[in-house]
Amino acid sequence: MASITGSVEIRVRRPRRAVIVGVLLVAWVAVWFVLRGIDTLTLGGQDTTRLHRWLTEEADSFGRGNAFLDAIRIAVDQLVVLLQAAIAQPSYGRPVPVIGWLGVVAVSAYLAWAFGNWKVALLAAAGLTFVGLQGLWQESMDTLALTIAAVLLALLVGIPLGIWAGLNDRIFKVATLVLDLMQTLPTFVYLAPLTLFFAIGPAAATIATLIYAAPPVVRLTAHAIRSVPQESVEAARSLGSTRGQTLLKVLLPMSRSTVVVGINQTIMAALSMVTVAALIDAPGLGQTVLKALQTLDVGVAFNAGLAIVVLAIVLDRVTTAAGDRPWRTASLRRKVLLGVGGAGVLVAVWFSRTYVWAAEFPTDLNIGSRIAILATDVTTWVQDVFGGFTYGVRDAATLGVLNPLESLLTESPWWLVVVVIVALAALLGGWRGALPAAVCLGLLVGTGVWHDAMVTLASTLLATVVVVAVGIVLGVWTGRNHRADSWLRPVLDAGQTMPPFVYLVPFLALFGTSRFTAIAAAVVFAVPVTTKIVADGIRAVPVATVEAANSVGSSSWQVISKVQLPVARRAITLAVNQGLIYVLSMVVVGGLVGAGALGYDVAAGFAQSELYGKGLAAGLAIVLLGVMLDRITQAAARRTRKFKGTVRGDNLW
Amino acid sequence: MVTNKLRSAGVLTALALALTACGGAKVGDAEPSAGASAGKDCGTVNLAVSPWVGYEANAAVVAYVATKDLGCKVVKKNLKEEIAWQGFSTGEVDVNLENWGHEDLKKKYITDQKVAVEAGVTGNKGVIGWYLPPWLAAAQPELLDWKNLNKSASLFKTSESGGKGQLLDGDPSFVTNDEALVKNLKLDYKVVYAGSETALIQAFRDAEKNKKPVIGYFYEPQWFFNELKLVKVALPPYTAGCDAAPAKVACDYPAYDLDKIVSKKFADSGSPAYELVKKFQWTNDDQNLVAKYIAEDKLTPDAAAEKWVKDNQAKVDAWLGK
Repeated sequence: MASITGSVEIRVRRPRRAVIVGVLLVAWVAVWFVLRGIDTLTLGGQDTTRLHRWLTEEADSFGRGNAFLDAIRIAVDQLVVLLQAAIAQPSYGRPVPVIGWLGVVAVSAYLAWAFGNWKVALLAAAGLTFVGLQGLWQESMDTLALTIAAVLLALLVGIPLGIWAGLNDRIFKVATLVLDLMQTLPTFVYLAPLTLFFAIGPAAATIATLIYAAPPVVRLTAHAIRSVPQESVEAARSLGSTRGQTLLKVLLPMSRSTVVVGINQTIMAALSMVTVAALIDAPGLGQTVLKALQTLDVGVAFNAGLAIVVLAIVLDRVTTAAGDRPWRTASLRRKVLLGVGGAGVLVAVWFSRTYVWAAEFPTDLNIGSRIAILATDVTTWVQDVFGGFTYGVRDAATLGVLNPLESLLTESPWWLVVVVIVALAALLGGWRGALPAAVCLGLLVGTGVWHDAMVTLASTLLATVVVVAVGIVLGVWTGRNHRADSWLRPVLDAGQTMPPFVYLVPFLALFGTSRFTAIAAAVVFAVPVTTKIVADGIRAVPVATVEAANSVGSSSWQVISKVQLPVARRAITLAVNQGLIYVLSMVVVGGLVGAGALGYDVAAGFAQSELYGKGLAAGLAIVLLGVMLDRITQAAARRTRKFKGTVRGDNLW
Repeated sequence: MVTNKLRSAGVLTALALALTACGGAKVGDAEPSAGASAGKDCGTVNLAVSPWVGYEANAAVVAYVATKDLGCKVVKKNLKEEIAWQGFSTGEVDVNLENWGHEDLKKKYITDQKVAVEAGVTGNKGVIGWYLPPWLAAAQPELLDWKNLNKSASLFKTSESGGKGQLLDGDPSFVTNDEALVKNLKLDYKVVYAGSETALIQAFRDAEKNKKPVIGYFYEPQWFFNELKLVKVALPPYTAGCDAAPAKVACDYPAYDLDKIVSKKFADSGSPAYELVKKFQWTNDDQNLVAKYIAEDKLTPDAAAEKWVKDNQAKVDAWLGK
């Protein structure tokens, strides 16, 4: 069916670019062989540059006692304290929170039912009871209070921003840049300054969570608004709708499901910050994880991590159900039921305020310690059985791929690397790729941590390739197969919200302290988000299109490769972008297990005051790497889109 | 269908509630809060707790005694060291119970900003250095002298060390001179940053269990020594001033006298808790014991403190000036 011009284009244009890229790479290796070791800009672990020392000094002169910041701090503090008083901490002169566990379970189930359906109501009740049985009720409620506060604030700011960015191209560009910064700048970099601005307490922890968690909802809201077909908007306009009406009646309703994906992602991101926020005394499950980690107690850490996962799954399913529920006015029957249910909830709340058994979760039914012992046993077994094998995998991957790539990047003179990367960017993405690459690389040299940045770049590239490959395969599978989706979802949610700190200990046992360990942890963390976005994109492919392809006798493989993937290209680009950013957001965690380089610099800057400036510079270097890779991939995607567009058209018609 | 299910579920729940509700203690019936003399003259003590078990042992015992004997309200704040120091200036931290050197921070907060003061040593001796797992120290005792490290550099080679021996460095919280040491002692080793205490402990644990060679940066007092007696490698001995120029260091780390820091405000408040903090002193063995209760016997910090205090009432009495 393909027209002649289409296939000619494929044969002529693709190889030419590939050949140039190949020649470039071969030339790079050849020059590297000659010039290796000069101008590598290496900097020792405790060494700093003038910029770093200047940043260290400047960090102290940041203002304090600013009335505006104080107002924010007090408002956020009050919000968190209010939520904690309601469900977590003894309050108002009573030895228990305002609402005891029974009340919380009843209220959650009722809300889940009212806004979602009875299935998620059952799930909410079961999930909350489960964390209670784990012996972690109070910690979970502290975490929940902080998460609700952060997510509420994130939505309050993020959804309007997302709508704005969806409607306005210029805002979209600025927002993308800022969001990249917020998501890739390691939390460790701003954790300590935040405590200076907002004091040690719930406010600083909430705001740290907010900074990390708000981007997904902004991004996906903007993405959703921009993905509404132009025809729908024009149809509304031609019927005489005002801009406001178009927004409310067309754009928002049509983007609802994607916005809900954004809200989900924000909740997940907020929960994944629980452990990091605990470093500045955020109350809750993160504390339990960190305490357990001090003594390498995998079991207890896993138990607490599991509670985080359960909370995440409950929140995710309830919001999804709420998003899927068609908007309609309630029937009389439903109103009556809602009323009866509400009365029941009030009774439960009354019980939970009156009787101790309903206020404090009974401790005699504790399954937490059994889960902890089981987790420890399983970990030990896995370590004993797979220990040798995993070391082999690590050495093969490190020697075969990672070390050569890293040598090429770190031992080449810096100017050579700059020239090669800019040339590659220009080949793949034109000036849109080359210009940002040149700017980012220039700034990267300026940060003074060039060598470490190249080490991190090598690991990041490898991790991202794996993440994207796995993410697309899983995403296509779950996007096409509903049952696979419902099985895989909890696993993906667990991968995304289980604090990496929990699986670091077993990973360390399996792979030792190495860069490979860091890559493995990053893959576990980044695959879920990639998979989910790809699956969402595959599902959004119009059924009619797929059926048209099926009806002309296409095989599954043809449907996937010729129809679903090309149509879902936007989503895939977003998935690659998010996969990359999630990998980069794990760089610091990687630094904690032997990846060294930028991750270690950031962690050390957080821990030693004289290295603060270097840590900040390393954090900025991570951001620069992120922005650079993102711009190159976006520009490359833009090119192939134009190119593929003609091919797809030719094939279908 | 759905509503039916829901209704029956609701009825069942209501029934269950009604049945169980008849019995059970009411909220507020419980005993009045312990320590009737709660904090009239002592008030609230904001105690920073740094993220290692040894510190937690100090904090547990001091908090226990302050609450039990002085009727203070102790608020523990889990903070990294740097942030705990910042807390002195923002007024949110009163006491730091185990400070490892940190001359730069002392200068900043004690000398320059005058928001904190020293409150004496804890009696614990901090040691930093290079350690071997016990099996290796027993099998090849010559490795305990740095001069013999080069001969066996290939023994310590890993996927990360680029053909040289691997010296595993650790927790970013501690100052390390290891890169300079390796260079100045002309050792054929590469410093690989494990990046966390967790990673270091795991590496030593794995090395001992599977009889793998490993050499790395570590420190005492540390609860891990209860599990594994790591053996320290002798570096050229420390002499005063030999570490003055970081790039030229070619000697061992100095021994640290761990000390206590309190906020100026707290020191001037006349709280009896300040006297307690000032007089608090114990040995490495004491700390290791309480750390063991917490880390290995899985006691809560409070229970661990109670157990130790019962067995060491004389020491506690001395802190209280009895």
